[in-house]
Amino acid sequence: MPDRLKPILRWESALVLAIVAVFLLGTGISPQFTSSYNLFTLCTNLGDLALMALPTTLIIIVGEIDLSIASILAVSSELLGSLWMHHWAMPLIIVVCLAVGALAGLINGLLVTKAGLPSLAVTIGTLTLYRGIASLILGATSVSNFPTSYTNVGTNGFLGISSISWSVAVFIVLAIGTGLMLRMTRLGRSLYAIGLNQEAAFHAGIRVKRIKLGLFVLSGVVCAAVGILYTFELSSAAENIGIGFELQVITIVLLGGVSIFGGTGTILGVALAAFVYAGLRSALLLTSSFNENDFQVVSGGLLILSVLVPNIALFTTRGRELLARRRGKGTLRTTSSAAGGALQDG
Amino acid sequence: MLTGASKAFAGVHALQDVSLELYPGEAHAIVGENGAGKSTLIKILAGVHQPDSGRLTIDGETVFLSGPADASQRGISVIYQEPTLFPDLSVAENVFIGRQPLRSGHRIDHQQMDVEVGDVFERLGVKMDPERIARGLSIAEQQLVEIAKALTRQARVLIMDEPTAALSPVEARRLFRVVETLRAQGAAVVFISHRLEEVFAICQRVTVLRDGRLITSAPLGGLTETDLIRAMVGRDVLSEAHEQHAPGKTVLEVKRLTREGVFRDVSFEVRSGEVVALAGLVGSGRTEVARAIFGVDRYDAGEVAVDGRPLKKGSPNAAMDAGIGLVPEDRRQQGLVMEMSIARNISLGSMAALRRAGLIRAARERAFSTDWAKRLQVKYSKLSSPVSTLSGGNQQKVVLAKWLARRPALLIVDEPTRGIDIGTKTEVHRLISQLARDGVAVLVISSELPEVLTVADRVLVMREGRLAATLAREEATEEAIIAAGTATLAAPVAKENATRAGQP
Amino acid sequence: MSATAETPPRATTIADDGDVLASPRRLVDVVLRARTFGIVAILGLFVLGTWLSQPSFLSGSNIRFILGDTAIYALVAIGETFVVLTRNVDLSVGSVVGLSAYVSANQFQAHPGIPIVLVFLVGLGIGLGCGAITGLITAIGRVPSLVVTLAMLYIIRGVDTIIVGPGQVVANALPNSFINIFQDTVLGIPDLAWAVAIVVGVAAYYLRSYRSGRDLYAIGSDPAAARLAGIPIGKRVFFAFVLSGALAGIGGVIWATQYNTIDATAATGLELQIIAAVVVGGVAIFGGSGSVVGAALGALLLQTINVALNVLGVPSLWTEPIAGFLLLVAISMDRGIQLRLAAALRKRRAHLGA
Repeated sequence: MPDRLKPILRWESALVLAIVAVFLLGTGISPQFTSSYNLFTLCTNLGDLALMALPTTLIIIVGEIDLSIASILAVSSELLGSLWMHHWAMPLIIVVCLAVGALAGLINGLLVTKAGLPSLAVTIGTLTLYRGIASLILGATSVSNFPTSYTNVGTNGFLGISSISWSVAVFIVLAIGTGLMLRMTRLGRSLYAIGLNQEAAFHAGIRVKRIKLGLFVLSGVVCAAVGILYTFELSSAAENIGIGFELQVITIVLLGGVSIFGGTGTILGVALAAFVYAGLRSALLLTSSFNENDFQVVSGGLLILSVLVPNIALFTTRGRELLARRRGKGTLRTTSSAAGGALQDG
Repeated sequence: MLTGASKAFAGVHALQDVSLELYPGEAHAIVGENGAGKSTLIKILAGVHQPDSGRLTIDGETVFLSGPADASQRGISVIYQEPTLFPDLSVAENVFIGRQPLRSGHRIDHQQMDVEVGDVFERLGVKMDPERIARGLSIAEQQLVEIAKALTRQARVLIMDEPTAALSPVEARRLFRVVETLRAQGAAVVFISHRLEEVFAICQRVTVLRDGRLITSAPLGGLTETDLIRAMVGRDVLSEAHEQHAPGKTVLEVKRLTREGVFRDVSFEVRSGEVVALAGLVGSGRTEVARAIFGVDRYDAGEVAVDGRPLKKGSPNAAMDAGIGLVPEDRRQQGLVMEMSIARNISLGSMAALRRAGLIRAARERAFSTDWAKRLQVKYSKLSSPVSTLSGGNQQKVVLAKWLARRPALLIVDEPTRGIDIGTKTEVHRLISQLARDGVAVLVISSELPEVLTVADRVLVMREGRLAATLAREEATEEAIIAAGTATLAAPVAKENATRAGQP
Repeated sequence: MSATAETPPRATTIADDGDVLASPRRLVDVVLRARTFGIVAILGLFVLGTWLSQPSFLSGSNIRFILGDTAIYALVAIGETFVVLTRNVDLSVGSVVGLSAYVSANQFQAHPGIPIVLVFLVGLGIGLGCGAITGLITAIGRVPSLVVTLAMLYIIRGVDTIIVGPGQVVANALPNSFINIFQDTVLGIPDLAWAVAIVVGVAAYYLRSYRSGRDLYAIGSDPAAARLAGIPIGKRVFFAFVLSGALAGIGGVIWATQYNTIDATAATGLELQIIAAVVVGGVAIFGGSGSVVGAALGALLLQTINVALNVLGVPSLWTEPIAGFLLLVAISMDRGIQLRLAAALRKRRAHLGA
């Protein structure tokens, strides 16, 4: 489908340019930018967010949204800490945390598919509910005495390469797999179809509810897994872990060219956007006066830009049309898609 | 006394040098095949589009419409096929949205609003509670609200786009009475329809468009249906009678299917190689039965069996696995994913078959879709263009292609030619016959009696959720079908007996 | 079309006003009224239950506290209702309240002796500014409000943190006249509660009796139809966000009078409680229906539960999850009602043979 790819490729090319720009910015700000330590830190941050961005992308493509991702991460993290404090075996703890993540996702999924509730409202509710539960697990305590064999993911590079973290490596592998799935499998096409027209997809035999439920459960499991990973990277489980992550993940996904309305988007775009995002953050944080909080402001700005920019094209067309009308001429372009849809063609 | 509008313009691909004159108190029909330019013409009148050239004049004054709101302010109102009301607001508020009558201090005068709306409904001879919330109104009722809206705006031109497409004959007759009232009050009514019988019944003049050009615009008095069809299509079109063949084994068996409040005790069979039509009024439950069979809706009691094996209810997947396909009534919402390419829409039902080692390669899909598009003679420019760029007739062919590519044992087609031009209509009928010849069992749901008579081997008539009559091809006449579909209280017992005797 | 026998008279009637339950309008009205009544009923049950196990619950000071606290939430919920009615959402209100609370209260530290009215104006101004920016981006940029307000939530909070730094406004920096401004009561009910009740009344009247108010419902009910009808969607949505911001701004100043010590984390997470209040109060998350009275009652219910839990000895960490849980219950219930209503309307129509 070369036609459909054109606008997407334009976006992805822009992202590649953005990566180059960020790289230049980073090295311009400080030679430390390319140090293996800095790159490693960049990678850990990138990997965690990007891993969460994968199921989030799929969920947004089918036209839903999951705002509870950071809260599920927190539940998993706090549960990890709490069970470790109670001397459970680590492998068992990991299994339990993933299961709890799956359960959290299942609740989201059931409320959306079985009860037919809008995912925005549901995940705002579960965002609050799960975050609350998370803070109840550990309260004000924090746990940090995890065994180094696990916390090594936060310090040692992937297969000995000191600038690449495990989380990024895992992300890249999963991203390739997910991307291939989207482009070349029946499931992938079903996702796009559901996002564009859920009813038509259902009438074509696509199991819409089952797929959506599965995606929410997947999201829960992945976020729980990232919660475990992140806790090891930080070497600490404490309250308020991952606050604001949902914003960052959604920023990355939308920055990657995925439409918030569903039906379009590629994993490649999201992956590129993740690199842009993490790179920018790393570069800015190297500036002495810039801190985490300031970056949050930048994050917000990026999010708005990433949805505003595609509309600017819409803007200028509308602007030109309005001007032309005022001058008394006209164009035979549809101004109101509502009326266009309401009238059958003929 | 006054001219409604007169214009001539040239448009890009859509309209070329088309003029239209509307006179007050007159019902003017616009007919033409799909792609003829009717909707573009309407959109220009409604202020949605601006013409590239030409003028619109009202009462002799040149007028420039800046948008739909401007058009309605000037007295041009459009009743779309699918009226869009605000479901959460009351009928009265819907009628007066944006222009509610005010009392002191710019506050809305609710009482006055109700009174005025009540008056309008009385004038139309319709009973409706103005305070009622719009949610839940039937399409016929929604249309009436739209008409009331137009009347309160002192509409001089009322444009109705395929208004009877979703109406039962009773509702349609009421609509025609309303049109008469409007005409008597001096409005000009523009009536777009594919149903030529209706055009002759209520309009005085007709404009025929073809390929974006004006073919003729004349009083209806001197014309016949054949004349119109010839003008629309450019040639004589004969509807071909369907040839019957001996049907094979039973493919679909429906036993006492029931869904509370929708249909009850529906039982029938469809055999391979036969075309069974399901006729009846809009709302008699035909589409619902089809959806229940296919699994899109559930049912409360009864059984569906395919090839003798019971079919799991509520699962389109199970139905598809059993060899059933459903071409739905609503093409845009249910039959196609409009923004997706033509190729993908065609292959959407066959993804499993296109897999090799779990992956679908683009080349293979393209070949598949091209093949099927060719078989059904879909007219397109690029397979990768979104299916929304096609005309209605071609879109329907894409839906058919999607299902035929699965080689179903039973194909259910709901309103196969709704909103389609005459040329494509004949093609679709021919296709249905061909399917039967190839041994497919076909169940056709249609509200167009000529179509039913053309394609069906047997006609099942539904009335108010029940199967009221089964008619063999010889007995099936328009009168018989209508009688069965609307049986009066006078002869229900006789009808029931006849039906019971006729049940397999 | 061939002639047929005359159809029975009942087929031409559209809405039968005879049967109370059969008439759809009455049915829908009854259900909507029941919804609002339902909140009051649950509230009553909750209060009763808590009082029975802890009679101290209904002490004068508790009631004053509940009403005072509710007042802020109800005020902000009014603005949120306006936004939600149009099928949008404003997730930035918490950040606006926090920013406004700090900056306005800080005026006393920065400019000692400043008149209280000016401080309120500062808060209002901050709210108006934030609301205007959000409104502009949403209305003109045609950007989904979820995304915009989520971003603004973080941007405004970030700006707040930058301004506040490690500092905070301490209680003794604020003049007593400010702190006590809402402490008086009339008929045992705090001034603040009366004031907010009046604002609720005004807002409710506006939404019912003014064209621009009804437009908000139309926009949320069917945005495409609203555009076709010529309703100035951009203007109305912009106004809704500006109002939401303004009320949050004022809410911030009131926050300062109630809580006195304000740092960069003030009112974090408030937006979620506000949305919970609004949804519990019967405002449809997709817009088009609901009332500010319902939203205010929702706020009252949530705050009462908060205090009740406190009184019953439940730790405050439970507040958040309970709010989230109630939100889920509320939307589930609403959905259930919606489905049942649709089914009833369908059955009624089928019965009449439309």
